[in-house]
Amino acid sequence: MNAAATASTLTSTAELHQMGVAGLGAALGARQTSATEVAQHLLARAQAHSGLGAYLALNEEATLAQAAAADARLAAGERGALLGVPLAHKDVLVTRDFPTTAGSKMLQGYRSPFDATVVARLATQGAVTLGKLNCDEFAMGSGNDQSAFGPAHNPWDLARVPGGSSGGSAVAVAARLSPAATGTDTGGSIRQPASFCGITGIKPSYGRCSRYGLVAYASSLDQAGPMARSALDCALLLTAMAGPDLERDSTSLEHPPEDYSRWLGQPWPGASAAQPLQGLRIGLPREFFGHGCDPDVLAAVHAALAECERLGATLLDIDLPRTELAIPAYYIIAPAEASSNLSRYDGVRYGHRAAEYTDLLEMYKRSRSEAFGPEVQRRILLGTYVLSHGYYDAYYLKAQQIRRLIAQDFQSAFGHCDLIAGPVAPSVAWAIGAKTQDPLSAYLADTYTLPASLAGLPGLSLPAGFGAGHMPVGLQLIGNYLSEARLLQVAHQLQLVSDWHTRTPPPFTHCPKSHP
Amino acid sequence: MSLSLQEIDRLARLARLRLTPEQALDAQQRLNGFFSLVEQMQAVDTTGVEPLAHPAAVLQQVALRLRPDVASETNQREANQASAPAVQDGLYLVPRVLE
Repeated sequence: MNAAATASTLTSTAELHQMGVAGLGAALGARQTSATEVAQHLLARAQAHSGLGAYLALNEEATLAQAAAADARLAAGERGALLGVPLAHKDVLVTRDFPTTAGSKMLQGYRSPFDATVVARLATQGAVTLGKLNCDEFAMGSGNDQSAFGPAHNPWDLARVPGGSSGGSAVAVAARLSPAATGTDTGGSIRQPASFCGITGIKPSYGRCSRYGLVAYASSLDQAGPMARSALDCALLLTAMAGPDLERDSTSLEHPPEDYSRWLGQPWPGASAAQPLQGLRIGLPREFFGHGCDPDVLAAVHAALAECERLGATLLDIDLPRTELAIPAYYIIAPAEASSNLSRYDGVRYGHRAAEYTDLLEMYKRSRSEAFGPEVQRRILLGTYVLSHGYYDAYYLKAQQIRRLIAQDFQSAFGHCDLIAGPVAPSVAWAIGAKTQDPLSAYLADTYTLPASLAGLPGLSLPAGFGAGHMPVGLQLIGNYLSEARLLQVAHQLQLVSDWHTRTPPPFTHCPKSHP
Repeated sequence: MSLSLQEIDRLARLARLRLTPEQALDAQQRLNGFFSLVEQMQAVDTTGVEPLAHPAAVLQQVALRLRPDVASETNQREANQASAPAVQDGLYLVPRVLE
């Protein structure tokens, strides 16, 4: 039976891209549209907007086969929040049906024989994969300008970066090419592009989502998470993505799977419907609100926090005294782990091999130097240095001790507050190319996202308005370990009384076909 | 802290990278610039602080799990070798190492 033909249609298929995960799931469940129809619409849209640089790979045949399978399940009466809902994956998550490059020439043409656990878990729920999304090479970057396959463009201003490293994911969601995407966050790579593109994204506690099939950058920091238009959509995705994977990821947490949407729409414990955040204590780290943050960003963040107060929350100042030290600690630990992880690319079992070489050593060196981009080579050299004999204690061990102190600072802070809020980044998105020649200034822009990464805490970014140049500004919420459902609950309460998350960059409101 | 070009060459050799003289110079400048960033770390007293290698160690006892040492995967040699640069008769080809 042709599922697409039996489904009654919505008023206009041209508006399908304006629907989020929850809306599409409901429309699919009510048989108002079909997975095939939605997938076809969004594939056409991806092609029409290929200039954004969001996608690195599409495979129409595979996508439509997945959609047909979802339609068959729907026709048989099965229902599920993600059944037939399309999404796309950051290209550091390996996929059987699509090539995986991690944004690097090293893996150009690479085909994984298996799906990453988070990819497989979403597929089991019936989600349909639209394609693979652009990112900084091996997730090393914060502007998506370090991709070997060209930059991705911010849909709010095409001359600006979308943030990174999950830049393509943020672009696809913001430009309405996909209702949702996966991202990965090592030092802010979900939260910062979410902030720059005006969408919602959450980095779960380290160990919530399996790292099996996530191309490794810094293993003690890497964590996958959802990026979508709302806290509600993120909650639906995270419910499918997270959960123990004890056989395949030695750092996967043993906590049982959760329904991350279970508190959405409910008031904070003890609060009333009229003042749904009453009793919630939000800590504002003084170090996040200093002179290092642009005034336009601070203004938007303060306005969002005032909204929290109106909903009953209490704001209080707290200290995270080691915030500045997160930068050196991160830029020692992450490159150290990267230099070790990336030693696997030797041109033998997979990846690029140089055309000419005289011996094995020469083959390694030429293959790696030809295929790794400049930022990746820099981080490998840095990591090699800090791990080398005589320097290990002074750098790597010292950084891990500071990491402990940063984690302890958070625990002290959570003695006074329930969650922590502040800006995601000290500025709105910058112009493409502005920081390419000065990576150090890009490192400094990670100040507000790195502490939660080092501590392994969950962090969320939600749209909080606009700053200079009418560019989106994100509000960051950081919770204690395993508090994702609470973070999403608070973000959802804010989204019930605001509409920042519903804003669409003007050129991407309409379907290019129906509005030429 | 500042690295000489000789030290950059040594690091490149250890990392199996081949740098042109321009790239080596660029790497020297950028790495030395980076050290200005990490120097502030050295001023912090970390005496007696246990290094945190794994973030979840704050939350619970973590011992890296080991699974039983038995084959759990089916043979997928062809799929695994599909992306290899050079394969013959199911074996990976590399330049001659023994004369």
